[in-house]
Amino acid sequence: MLRALLLTLSVTAIAHAELCKPDAQNAFKVRISIKTALGDNAYAWDANEEYLFKAMVAFAMRRYSSKSTTQISNVLLCNVTDRVSFWFVVTDSSKNVTTVPGSEVEAAIRMNRNRINSAFLLSDKTLQFLKITSTLSPPVEPSTPVWLIVFGVVLCLIVAGIVFLIVSGIQKHKKKNEESTERENLEEKVEVTLENGIPCEALDLKAGHVNGVFAADDERFTSL
Amino acid sequence: LSATPEIPKEDGRPKWDNKFQYILSCIGFAVGLGNVWRFPYLCQIHGGGAFLIPYFIALLFEGIPLLHLELALGQCLRKGSIRAWNTISPYLGGVGVGSWMVSVLVSLYYNTVLTWVMWYFINSFQEPLPWSVCPLNENRTGFNEECYESTAVNYFWYRKTLNITPDIAESGTLQWWLILCLATCWAIVYLCTIRGIETTGKAIYVTAIFPYLVLTIFLIQGLTLPGATDGLIYLFTPNLNTLKNPRVWLDAATQIFFSLSLAYGGLIAFASYNPTKNDCEKDAVTVAIVNSMTSLYASIPVFSVLGFKATTAYWDCLDRNIISIINEFDLPEESIMRQNYTSWISFLNSSYPEKIAGLKLKSCNLQEFLDQSVSGTGLAFIVFTQAIILMPGSQAWAILFFIMLFSLGLSSMFGNIEGVFTPLLELQIIPKSAPKELLSGIICLISFLIALCFTLGSGSYWIDIFDRYAGSVPLLVITFFEVIGVVYIYKIKRFSKDVEWMTGRKLNLYWHITWRFISPLLLLIVFTAFVTLQMQKPPSYTAWNPKYEGFPMKEEKVYPPWVQAICVLLAALPCVCVPLVALFHLVKQKRRNKDPSFVPPEVFSCQGPNS
Repeated sequence: MLRALLLTLSVTAIAHAELCKPDAQNAFKVRISIKTALGDNAYAWDANEEYLFKAMVAFAMRRYSSKSTTQISNVLLCNVTDRVSFWFVVTDSSKNVTTVPGSEVEAAIRMNRNRINSAFLLSDKTLQFLKITSTLSPPVEPSTPVWLIVFGVVLCLIVAGIVFLIVSGIQKHKKKNEESTERENLEEKVEVTLENGIPCEALDLKAGHVNGVFAADDERFTSL
Repeated sequence: LSATPEIPKEDGRPKWDNKFQYILSCIGFAVGLGNVWRFPYLCQIHGGGAFLIPYFIALLFEGIPLLHLELALGQCLRKGSIRAWNTISPYLGGVGVGSWMVSVLVSLYYNTVLTWVMWYFINSFQEPLPWSVCPLNENRTGFNEECYESTAVNYFWYRKTLNITPDIAESGTLQWWLILCLATCWAIVYLCTIRGIETTGKAIYVTAIFPYLVLTIFLIQGLTLPGATDGLIYLFTPNLNTLKNPRVWLDAATQIFFSLSLAYGGLIAFASYNPTKNDCEKDAVTVAIVNSMTSLYASIPVFSVLGFKATTAYWDCLDRNIISIINEFDLPEESIMRQNYTSWISFLNSSYPEKIAGLKLKSCNLQEFLDQSVSGTGLAFIVFTQAIILMPGSQAWAILFFIMLFSLGLSSMFGNIEGVFTPLLELQIIPKSAPKELLSGIICLISFLIALCFTLGSGSYWIDIFDRYAGSVPLLVITFFEVIGVVYIYKIKRFSKDVEWMTGRKLNLYWHITWRFISPLLLLIVFTAFVTLQMQKPPSYTAWNPKYEGFPMKEEKVYPPWVQAICVLLAALPCVCVPLVALFHLVKQKRRNKDPSFVPPEVFSCQGPNS
């Protein structure tokens, strides 16, 4: 009994060793950078973490193919290095000693990438499945580009400033015009008194001309 | 009524609200984008601290005398450039016309540079900054190819801003976003210059002082960044050997000259609004020294930030190599750090040379990153924007930086526009009853329409041409004729009496020597050297061509012949005004000499009543 058990165990061990090795068929390499992602809060990679990983892969397979046949024991890990990096492969329990095709595993992991990342507090960059490319998230595009809004604000302010200055300029101009016409009228009168109000052409140089301004004041002068 | 010369005449000319406004306007005009993105570059490539020696010699013998000449001229004659030179001698009227033309050409392209600054400014309000990430390609499998091969910053500048064509002959289409920003910039210029110095005098308080505040903030921030000291040491370490190269002296002379914004007519216009009894000598020395000090002050934060960027690039290079090695050899994380990288590399190279060779590691050299010197728009829009992404709180830094650049450029634009506006106002292009606002509106509108060609795909190539040809050689020629005209035609004795009357003390021997001999000689030497250097090889430019095999390096191309003709035209047109107007006047004079009833105009003097 014991010998039979030992025999099956060694057979499975050898079979596992053959299924999971670097560059095996349907095997994937995983690279984890915990210290880069978490810094001081980094946890150590030990057997418990490996167990969680196997569980997550099994979970992914179950969700993808929606048949509850994948067990944690179906996921095999090997060649764990200090980096931390390792290879894993998913075996098919229905068929003996075969692995699930790589495309299925890839699709399953892609579908559940977010859940797997969150379980380990990592991201696409720090939990790398080397053959599985991640789909890039589309950039967030607001409905109106932000720059258009800022531009609108700036332009409104400038136009308001220009309109204000032009209007105030027109008002000042009108006021100056009114003032200057008033002043012109005053100046004309002043000029009139200075030049005695008589246009030069009208002056008859020989005969002379009665000066209206002084003529009016005739009565004030004492007679000689 | 006889007016004694001391009583200021009410000739209805606008005047500055106070002396500070005038000084600030001159400083704002002189201090421009070149102080931030050209002087530090020159310092770096010409031996660091050693460059200051030719720079200060040029300032002493070329910058200050020529600045004093222009300010004294404007203050004495109280007219814009065209009328002023006509008054000095009708044969020299061409100098004024040439100045005016240069102001027009430079205003056109300078505001387009401000358009780019404004575009970056309004894009700085986004999170993340649009030049920090590459956009995805059409089927979302990867990044846009052009962006991926160069960098996100390069892509945003060449594709998203300029939408540049691979060749100057291909004009491309008008870029609507640039047209919007161009309209805004010209609207801002109109808003500030709408009534001449009445409005620019108020605006200058903000636009001239604000850049100093921002530079100080950047200085404090820059000095706290890692790698800043490397950048500063690299900048200021003097290498006296470079002084043997005549190119260094030429660059110092041209930098001082272009930096002080001489020969645009703007300084003459500013000074013409001064009362005649004003110490123009002190003003000139103040403005020139403040301009040079600003250049020095600006180079400190610029180089701190560049040092930071080089250090970060160096660390990135090391980190990438470290990751490749760790992944290849499956070593635990953080086993190789930046400090023990070299020892690890030598160890691994000796034990596993083929594996290391297979990794194709880039050699990381800090000196190499520091040596990547850029000037001009490349510094502001590519290098600096990349450095800003790396700083915490990038949006705030980007906004501050671009507002600073905009203020620097705007205060220089005021001087440019004043150089265009004042002569036109005096020539009475529009009837006197029409408001000043109309003239400034017409100037801004026409300039906007012409500047639309700079918003084409090939626009930035054209701006380079304008900068290299219209904004360089004509200035040297015009200033040379300015000095010769004042010293030998107006006669230095007369001019020194005028200046004595204005400043209240005798003209120093220093001014006599520099005005009579040293400055004209220096100008002649600089002009010949400059032109000789330009003629040595056919004028070429570097084009951004994604299909070029050396992409992302820029492709070196030669200008086609029709473009070369335009270059020559741009450089020659303002210069040719001088002899043309002199010839025109000579012909008019000969015809007048035959007319007996002609009375020669009275001789002008600064101190008597204005003619």
